Amino acid sequence: MYDIAIIGAGIAGSYIARELSRYQLDIVLLDGENDVGNQITMANSAIIHAGFDAPSYKLKGKFNAVGNIMYEKVCDDLDVPFKRCGSLVVAHDEYEMATIHELYQNGLKNGVPGLRILFREEVHAMEPNLNEDICGALYAPSAGIVSPFELCANVAENAIDNGVTLKLNHMVTAIDKDDDCFKITTSAGNIEAKFVINAAGLFADDIYALVGDPYFKLLARKGNYFIFDKDAGSLVNNVIFPCPSKNGKGILVSPTVHGNLLIGPDAAPVEKGDISTTGDRLDYIKANALKNCPTLPFKKIIRSYAGLRNTPVADTYTTTDGDFILEESPVKGFINVAGYESPGLSSIPAVAHYVVEEIVKPLIPDIEVNHDFNPKIRPHVRFTELSDEERAEIIKKDPKYGKVICRCETITEGEILDVIHRNAGARTVKSVKKRCRAGMGRCQGGFCSPRVVEILARELNCSLDEIMYDQQDSAYILAGETKSAKEEA
Amino acid sequence: MIYDIVILGGGPAGLSAAVQAKKDGVENILILERDRELGGILNQCIHNGFGLHTFNEELTGPEYAARYIKQVVDLGIPYLLDTMVLDMTDHGETKIIHVINEESGYMTIETRSAILTMGCRERTSGAIGIPGYRPSGVFTAGTAQRFINMEGYMPGKEVVILGSGDIGLIMARRMTLEGAHVNAVCELMPYSNGLVRNIVQCLNDYDIPLKLSHTITFIHGKDRIEGVTVAQVDDKLKVIPGTDEFIPCDTLLLSVGLIPENEITVNAGVEMDNRTNGSIVGELRQTTMPGVFACGNVVHVHDLVDFVSEEAVLAGKGAAKYVKGTLDTNVTFTTANGDGIGYVVPQQVAMKNVEENVTFYMRVRQVFENKVVNAYIGDQLIATKKEKKLLPAEMVNFKIAKEVLEKYPAGEIRFVVEEAQK
Ligand SMILES: Cc1cc2nc3c(=O)[nH]c(=O)nc-3n(C[C@H](O)[C@H](O)[C@H](O)COP(=O)(O)OP(=O)(O)OC[C@H]3O[C@@H](n4cnc5c(N)ncnc54)[C@H](O)[C@@H]3O)c2cc1C
Ligand SMILES: Cc1cc2nc3c(=O)[nH]c(=O)nc-3n(C[C@H](O)[C@H](O)[C@H](O)COP(=O)(O)OP(=O)(O)OC[C@H]3O[C@@H](n4cnc5c(N)ncnc54)[C@H](O)[C@@H]3O)c2cc1C
Repeated sequence: MYDIAIIGAGIAGSYIARELSRYQLDIVLLDGENDVGNQITMANSAIIHAGFDAPSYKLKGKFNAVGNIMYEKVCDDLDVPFKRCGSLVVAHDEYEMATIHELYQNGLKNGVPGLRILFREEVHAMEPNLNEDICGALYAPSAGIVSPFELCANVAENAIDNGVTLKLNHMVTAIDKDDDCFKITTSAGNIEAKFVINAAGLFADDIYALVGDPYFKLLARKGNYFIFDKDAGSLVNNVIFPCPSKNGKGILVSPTVHGNLLIGPDAAPVEKGDISTTGDRLDYIKANALKNCPTLPFKKIIRSYAGLRNTPVADTYTTTDGDFILEESPVKGFINVAGYESPGLSSIPAVAHYVVEEIVKPLIPDIEVNHDFNPKIRPHVRFTELSDEERAEIIKKDPKYGKVICRCETITEGEILDVIHRNAGARTVKSVKKRCRAGMGRCQGGFCSPRVVEILARELNCSLDEIMYDQQDSAYILAGETKSAKEEA
Repeated sequence: MIYDIVILGGGPAGLSAAVQAKKDGVENILILERDRELGGILNQCIHNGFGLHTFNEELTGPEYAARYIKQVVDLGIPYLLDTMVLDMTDHGETKIIHVINEESGYMTIETRSAILTMGCRERTSGAIGIPGYRPSGVFTAGTAQRFINMEGYMPGKEVVILGSGDIGLIMARRMTLEGAHVNAVCELMPYSNGLVRNIVQCLNDYDIPLKLSHTITFIHGKDRIEGVTVAQVDDKLKVIPGTDEFIPCDTLLLSVGLIPENEITVNAGVEMDNRTNGSIVGELRQTTMPGVFACGNVVHVHDLVDFVSEEAVLAGKGAAKYVKGTLDTNVTFTTANGDGIGYVVPQQVAMKNVEENVTFYMRVRQVFENKVVNAYIGDQLIATKKEKKLLPAEMVNFKIAKEVLEKYPAGEIRFVVEEAQK
């Protein structure tokens, strides 16, 4: 029996697992997908918000700014690309300027460092490609951008390094509670644990409904995005937000930590699981992004995608007032980390600390510190970031670093082998792409995907047609050998 | 050691340029190729249809490449395989090429002259932004071609193809021959972007419908593609409501265009032409950076490899002249695309380098019947090229004799599509 089972290996579950591994506990991290961080954590805006939006009385307001400040250390320990690029909330008229002042005051309450209100000249000097009519902005120098998939993969890797058991392809379908034990039924066998942490993202309400009477419900709200080629990456330096409205933060224009440009998201309620992009919504995003950034080069778009918010709604259940749900539920020993929507990524270092120290620890009085805990993972080699001398040296040590597989992003075979063979390693073409960017570039894997399939098959000792793009079984890439190949054989 | 000529890319353009430069007496030549073999994209084109113009025979891609590879080997021109060029920097008299390979690691190679022949890559679904899901089973036609012809695996069994470029057409036939069922080829434009012979031999002969003025408006299937919604477009390319049709499939191939692969070119500071997405070149394929030449698909997308080889001969000659110090740098003419013409290559002509004539390559913007292409200098008509039918898919090559051009001291040569004179 495990001490703790965590359901969901998105950023919430993975990070909490890693924080729990600071203690001597037997922990299992379960996910129904074949990779960690494959749902909400995979498709979002990737912004480490400064923390001026949410009111200070909410958990969102309490944890965002604190989480943000922790990011340098976290990304240093976990070797995750992170950049404090700053953000601007821009105003087009005096009404919007009034909102900017409100946000400023709220930001001070939340402890956001370095906030400043900028006037027209300063805004345009800082961001020459913004719309002329922008008359002021709220500048938050602490806002940042991160690679959310690398963060999640590396956090999970570090959790495993420190003793956590990761079980992928374990879809939870039922939970029974005995006196002091939860019996969890999954698609790949049963698991027992003394405590359960429900971090199932968009499905946290369904998971809770397996053990207790529902007291919150999650609504899927879709956000569509576009990614631009690196050529367009330097159009803006800061994350550019429009003035927020009742509908949310609005359509932002943001650099990405890898040098691309991103615009989105809109917000519309959909069925859970519907991550399709829709033509009219994409047009809406383009139109709104142009209001702040009139020279967006739409010809340079290389990808569109959509992500689902897990918004807690009142419905017939107790109102949760749109805040994070972080608590031991009415079912003893069962902890909900739910309604964990934006700024979930930004808050996670602080939230995970809170969940472990304030919620889990009081439940386990005899908890002991894991003195072997190592907060750092083995650093990655990022070939493009090396100097000429370093390149020469690493190829001498391991010639696989001399073989470029992804031409657009200059990713070498050495880097791909490394992400396959790490803890929480890559098993699919998409998981390789998430970890080391092979296939993320302008040709979107057109050239390298056959090679990545080949490498995965070789390293995992299976045939090419057993390699999946994404989900187990259903997302196959190849449909068997060709007639000619069979005849030859 | 300083090389005389280093060639970036070992496809048909690189091979043919190397052979020509060697024949013109240049000794120190090196070809750099990132793939495991020479021949470029031809290695995956196992169908017939290469070399009709050059050899008067129908060869397969690898056979065509083999003829040039043999010459490279016979002439003793050295080449490095599995060697990726990362960058090229200009140092005036010489260029420095930064490369990596598994055996020798990271290297810099110094050369007097460089010929860029990196070819092109395919446009992807991301670039054209089809709404819907992002499942597996969506491939560019060239990727599917590589899986089938080089790895021996099928991408799927029920196929829809978007775009009627040549690679898409050829893959429609290839997949059919391998036992797959191709439901349709959808083309946004009212005409095909492929060669007529490919439409006949790859679609008509196999009863595969070509849906002109049709596009895909939605991709279905969360994990693996399950189908596409296809709709008709009007003459402004806008979807006509009510024409939607669901076509089930497990595979979508995209043949929606090729883009010259010019990251190295742009980073080096060579001047580009946004009509071709390639560098600006002269009659001997000299770029605006002295000592740097470019030819093949990296300059503009060719439909037939024969013209690639032909263009590469010019670059080989040019680089040889440069190395010997006999390349003239005074530009006599610039070229311009007038009505009906999308682009013209070369963009510049230095008459002192011209032997007997100059061939201008160009593409028309739409289908024209019973029209001609006229070349003007000022308002003087200097030459006319007649074609029964002008198609965007088929590159026009328009040869103008040296004597004709020599009558003019300088100026702009403008190409336009016009009514045939009676
Ligand atoms: C459009 C959008 C934009 C956003 N932008 C930002 C931003 O810029 N900055 C920011 O800070 N935050 C942002 N967020 C919020 C942030 O992305 C989320 O708070 C965070 O990723 C949620 O992580 P999670 O681990 O709770 O959920 P997930 O990543 O979805 O993880 C839940 C996991 O549970 C698993 N699971 C579900 N059901 C089961 C089951 N029955 N059995 C087993 N496993 C199961 C899933 O497979 C999944 O891996 C954004 C969110 C969205 C949707
Ligand atoms: C899929 C496909 C099907 C075709 N079918 C036909 C046909 O049926 N008939 C016909 O006549 N023509 C056909 N063509 C056209 C013809 O094959 C091409 O025009 C021709 O191959 C282009 O030659 P190239 O040398 O310019 O480019 P490529 O053949 O693409 O060669 C470029 C070479 O440069 C190398 N390279 C690029 N960047 C680097 C770098 N950084 N470092 C090292 N090496 C590098 C590449 O690996 C490649 O080998 C087809 C083209 C394609 C793409």
